[in-house]
Amino acid sequence: MNYKIMLKIHAWILLIESVLMVPPLIISMCMHESRNVFGFLLTIIITFALATIFGIISRDAKAKFYAREGFVCVGMAWIVMCLLGALPFFFSGTIPHYVDAFFETVSGFTTTGSSILNEVEHLGKGMLWWRSFSHWVGGMGVLVFFLAIIPVSGSGGFSLHILRAESTGPAVGKSTPKMRETAAALYIIYIGLTVLDFIFLLIGKMKVFDAACIAFGTAGTGGFTVLNTGFATYTPFAINVTTVFMLLFGVNFSIYFMLLFKRVWSAIKNEELICYVVIVLCSTLFFAINIYQKTAQTMHLNETIMHSAFQVGALITTTGYATADFAQWPAFSQAVALVLMMIGACAGSTGGGMKIARVMLLFKSLKRNAHKLNKPSEIRVVKFNRQKVSEQTIANVNAYLAAYVLLIVISFLIVSLDKANYSVTSNLSAVISTFNNIGPALDQIGPMSNFSGYSALSKIVFSVDMLFGRLEIFPILMLLLPHTYKKH
Amino acid sequence: MNIVIAGSGKLGTMLTQRLAAEGHNITIIDQDLNVTAELIEEYDIMALEGNCASMQILREAGIAEADLLIVTTGSDELNLLCCMTAHAMNRNLHTIARIRTPEYMESTYAMRKPLALSLTVNPERHAAREISRLLKYPGFIKREKFANGLIEIVGVKITENSPIKGKALHEMPKVAHCQVIVCTVLRGGKTITPDGTFVFEEGDVIYVTASAENLNTLLKNLGLIKRKIKNVIIAGGGRICYYLTKVLDSDNFNIKIIEKDAERCEELAEHFSNVTIIHGDASSMHVLEREGIEDCDALISMTGMDEQNAVISIYGSSLNIPKVITKLGRAEHVQIYDNLPVGSLVSPKELSCNTIVRYVRAMQNQVGSAITVHSIAEGKAEAIEFIVDENTKHCDEALKDITLKKEVLIASITHGRMIEFPNGDSTFHQGDRIVVVKSGNRPIHQLNDIFAG
Repeated sequence: MNYKIMLKIHAWILLIESVLMVPPLIISMCMHESRNVFGFLLTIIITFALATIFGIISRDAKAKFYAREGFVCVGMAWIVMCLLGALPFFFSGTIPHYVDAFFETVSGFTTTGSSILNEVEHLGKGMLWWRSFSHWVGGMGVLVFFLAIIPVSGSGGFSLHILRAESTGPAVGKSTPKMRETAAALYIIYIGLTVLDFIFLLIGKMKVFDAACIAFGTAGTGGFTVLNTGFATYTPFAINVTTVFMLLFGVNFSIYFMLLFKRVWSAIKNEELICYVVIVLCSTLFFAINIYQKTAQTMHLNETIMHSAFQVGALITTTGYATADFAQWPAFSQAVALVLMMIGACAGSTGGGMKIARVMLLFKSLKRNAHKLNKPSEIRVVKFNRQKVSEQTIANVNAYLAAYVLLIVISFLIVSLDKANYSVTSNLSAVISTFNNIGPALDQIGPMSNFSGYSALSKIVFSVDMLFGRLEIFPILMLLLPHTYKKH
Repeated sequence: MNIVIAGSGKLGTMLTQRLAAEGHNITIIDQDLNVTAELIEEYDIMALEGNCASMQILREAGIAEADLLIVTTGSDELNLLCCMTAHAMNRNLHTIARIRTPEYMESTYAMRKPLALSLTVNPERHAAREISRLLKYPGFIKREKFANGLIEIVGVKITENSPIKGKALHEMPKVAHCQVIVCTVLRGGKTITPDGTFVFEEGDVIYVTASAENLNTLLKNLGLIKRKIKNVIIAGGGRICYYLTKVLDSDNFNIKIIEKDAERCEELAEHFSNVTIIHGDASSMHVLEREGIEDCDALISMTGMDEQNAVISIYGSSLNIPKVITKLGRAEHVQIYDNLPVGSLVSPKELSCNTIVRYVRAMQNQVGSAITVHSIAEGKAEAIEFIVDENTKHCDEALKDITLKKEVLIASITHGRMIEFPNGDSTFHQGDRIVVVKSGNRPIHQLNDIFAG
C-alpha cells in the first residue's frame, strides 16, 4: 500500500479542516465565549501542526493509487477528521468526556444528528455553528471538496476511487470527463441549494444564526438544531420550507446536473426519482390518515398534513428533525417510520439509508431470480433506467445488504448488553437510526430524548455504525480487515 | 478541448494517456466493458461501452459539444462509418480515423470530403517510412525532421569505438567538424540536459540537432559511416512489410522477405516481382542462416510478436549485421527493449500517436502553437517546433539575457533557409522557426511557455 500518498491526502484534509474551524472561532470571539475560543484555537493549532508534519513527511509521495488505497484513505480520513473535530468540545469543557465529544462529532460529520446532550443552548454559538457546519461538510464529503479544489493532474485514476468511496449509491460515476469539474459541479449545486434554503428561512423571519445552522443541517440531511426545543418552536412557514429542501437534498445530484444542462426529459424519467416521489406521497398520506384518526379533536387537518409531510421528509432523507414526538405515534405510523429510515434517500444525494436505487435493484433481482425458478431456461436481465445492470453491480448490492444486516445484528447484540437496560425497541431502533444516519430513534430514544444514557462502549459502537452508514460500509470494513495491510 | 476517442486498443490507450495528460476532456467509447472499466480507473476520463457508430452512443458521449473525434477501432469500415455518423451530428467536428487497409489508402484520400475525414493515420505506413529513412542513414537510431526538412534531430548511440567516447561536450564541434547541438542524453533510462563539461560515456544515446546537409559529415566524423545498405532481410511479411517494400523497391535494394504464412507469401509475390519471398519461419536460426543472414546489410524484424522480433534482432546483432531494426507493437515496453541489443526501435503506434497529438495541438491554438512535435529519448523528451509571431516574448533579445525554464533547450533557430545553432548572442525575430527540446513532465503548448517567469 502506498502510505505516503495517503499521508499527503490526509495533510490536505487536515489543512481544510483547520481552515473550516476559523469561522466558529471568529463567532466565539464575537460572542465573548472564552472557553470556546480556547477550544477552537488549540484544536486549530494541533490540526495545522499535524497537517504540516504529514505534508513534510509525504512530500516525495508517488502517485500510485489503486482501489484499495482509495477505500482505506477515505475511511481513515473520516476517522481522523472526527477525532480532531471532537477536540473543540473536549478542550472547551462543553462536553467533558472525550467519548461523548467524539460521538457528537461523528454524528455531525456523518449527518446523523444523534446527540448525547440534554440541552444544546449552553454550548455557545461557536460550538453550535461547528456542530451544524459539520453536517454540511459531511453531507457532500470533505474528500469530494478536496477533489474540487486540488488539481490532480497526471494521476487520473485515484480521484475516481475517492469519489466512489465517499459518495453514496451502488454505481458512482462522473458526470464530466474531468474529476475536478464533476466535484466542482457537485459543490456548486450543493452551495447554491443551501444558500437558497438560507434565504427562504430568512424570508420566514428566522434569526440569521438559526437560519444558517438549520440550512446546514438540512443540506447535509443531518438534524442538529440550535434550540433546546429542537424544531418545535419554528413557524409553519419555516417547517414547510425545510420540508421542501430536505426532500430536494434527498434527490440524486446528477439529476440537478442534467437539469443544468437542459436534459430535462432524462432527468424526469429517472426511475429512482419517480419511485422517491411516489414513496414520499404515499407515506405522507399514511401518516396523515393514521394520525388524524387519533388526534382529530386536537389538530386541524392542514396541520396534520404539514407535520406528516415534514416527518416523512425528515425520515426518508434521514435528516431526523422532529416537530412532533413520533415515538408517541400509533404503532403503524412508527412501523412506517422505521421502514422509511432504512430505505433512505436517493443514491448520489446527501442522505443516508440503504438508498432507493439499491432497494429497487434488490427487488428487481429478486423478481428475476423468482422467475428463474419458474422458467429456468428463460433469460432475463435486470434493467435500471432502461439500461442493463451488470451482474457485478447486482452482486455488489446483494453483498451490501448482507453486510448491512450482519453489522446491524452485531451492533444490536453489543448495545443490548448495556447496563442502562433500555427496551428492545429502543436498542434496535437506536442501532438502525445511527446506522442509517437519521438521528432520533423510537421508544426511550425518541426525538424528544437522546443517547446520553448509554455507556461509553455503546457510544463507540454507535459512532462506528454512523461511519459505516455514511461511507456505505466498505471503506470502514476495509480498515478492519488485516489483509488490507499485507504487502501483496 | 472535448475529445472523443472511439476504440481503446493500443493506439487508443496511448492517445488517452497522452491527451489526458495535456488536460483535455476525454471520453472514450469501447465495445468491451472490461477495457472501459480498466481505463477509467487509470485516467481522469469518462468511458462508455457500446458501438461507436451508433448515434445513441455518440449522443451520450456528447458528440454535439465535442471538438474532435479520433476513431481507432480494429475495423477500417467501422472507423469510417463512425466518422461519417458523428460528422452528420456535429458539422464543426474534426475527425481522425485510423485506416490501415492498403486498398483504402487512395479512396480515403480522394473522398476525404464526403467521408468527413479531417485526417487519416496509418501506423504501418508511418512505420515503413520511418524504417526507410533509417535505412538511408544507417548510423542513426532515430531521425526526426523539422523546419520543412532543413533540420533533423538524430539519435546516436555511443559505442566502444566512438571518437567522442570519454570526450566532454565542449569538444564536440572539433570532433564533428560541423555545427551541432546536443539536446539531450539518455543514460540509464533517464534524460540529462548536458552542459559544456558533460562527458560522454559508452552506452549513452545522444540526440543531436544538425542541418540535413551535414548529416553525412556527422556520420563520417562520429565514426558511424557504414557501407551503403544493399541486402535487406525482412522477417515477417505484414502490412509494414508491404508498405516498406513499396518504398524501397525503387531505390534498388535487394530485398528478401521471410514469411510464415504461405497465402500471404503468394499475395506479396503477386504485388512485388523483383523481391525474393521465402516461405519459412523467421524465428528459426536455421532458416535465417540458410537465407544468408550473415551477408546481409540490414535485418528488419517485424513479425506480429514483439518477443519474436527481439529474439531475431538479438541474433542479428550478435552476427554484427550493420543495421538492425526492430518493430515494437507495445510501445510501453520500449524501456525494457532499449537495454537489449535490438538496434533501432520503431513503434508504429507511437508514430501515429505523435501525428495525432500534433494535430490536436495545432487545433487547440492556431496562434503560437506547436507546428511539429516529436517525442524522442523513449518518450522522455519532446522536440517541438514553433514559429515566432508578434505575441512571442523576448523577440530580438540575446539568448544569454533570457532565462528559460528548467529542462528546456533551444535546439535551433531558422531564419528563412538560414540555419542558426544558437549561442549566447543569438536572437530570434518574427517569422523564424524555433526547435525546442524539453524533458520532464510539464507540457509545453506555446512558445511563450518555455520562458521562466
